[in-house]
Amino acid sequence: MLFYSFFKTQVGQHVTVELKNDLAIQGVLESVDQFLNFKLKDIKVVDEERYPHMLSVKNCFVRGSVVRYVQLSPPTVDTALLQDAARREAQSTQQMQQAKPNVAPPVA
Amino acid sequence: MSFAPQFFTTAESLVDSLDKKLLVVLRDGRKIIGILRSYDQFANLVLQDSLERIYVGDAYGDIERGVFIIRGENVVLLGEIDCDIEDALPLRQLPIEDILQLQREEAEEKARKDKLRHHLLYKQGFSVDFADNDLY
Repeated sequence: MLFYSFFKTQVGQHVTVELKNDLAIQGVLESVDQFLNFKLKDIKVVDEERYPHMLSVKNCFVRGSVVRYVQLSPPTVDTALLQDAARREAQSTQQMQQAKPNVAPPVA
Repeated sequence: MSFAPQFFTTAESLVDSLDKKLLVVLRDGRKIIGILRSYDQFANLVLQDSLERIYVGDAYGDIERGVFIIRGENVVLLGEIDCDIEDALPLRQLPIEDILQLQREEAEEKARKDKLRHHLLYKQGFSVDFADNDLY
């Protein structure tokens, strides 16, 4: 849930999504879901000539499972907040494990 | 819970793309253009009046495919086709036989280059895998 919440704060920002097939797409993040699928609008493909099929596409939906990186703009990211959230998440997972050692940690 | 959590917590869905002409890129590199009629939480898709478009250089060719059901795990991306740009594409359309021929030639050229590259790397002590079918 942590990254889903994080990306929700990034909606409206300019991002570059690099896919596992090396295609990199720049665009405005329109929405994200729990599987970290992304919807990007007003896209521009990096290195356009290699991907002529993307010429007539302005908005796209990217399946989360094919994403390698999401490049963000540093001023928009509050790293202290992220670290805090990660620490809290780790603690709560640890507590759940200590309370019921036979139960697997919750899937976020 | 009888419904998948997706129905309650998802912030976005493909409902806006229904009945639109979409480009679907698959993991094996194929590009399918069709009208999205249905989808589910796995991004399984049903496309109608679909065609497989093969691009070689500045040319392309289409193969009619009719109704396509695509399993979600093979989907890389869905793109909404902007019809205005589509009509004014700088690419030329060729008959399918020509495109397949060009594609064959391009594949042979690529195989030749890969073989040479493999050989050169091997001489240097590297080992190279061929994983052409899956873009991972």
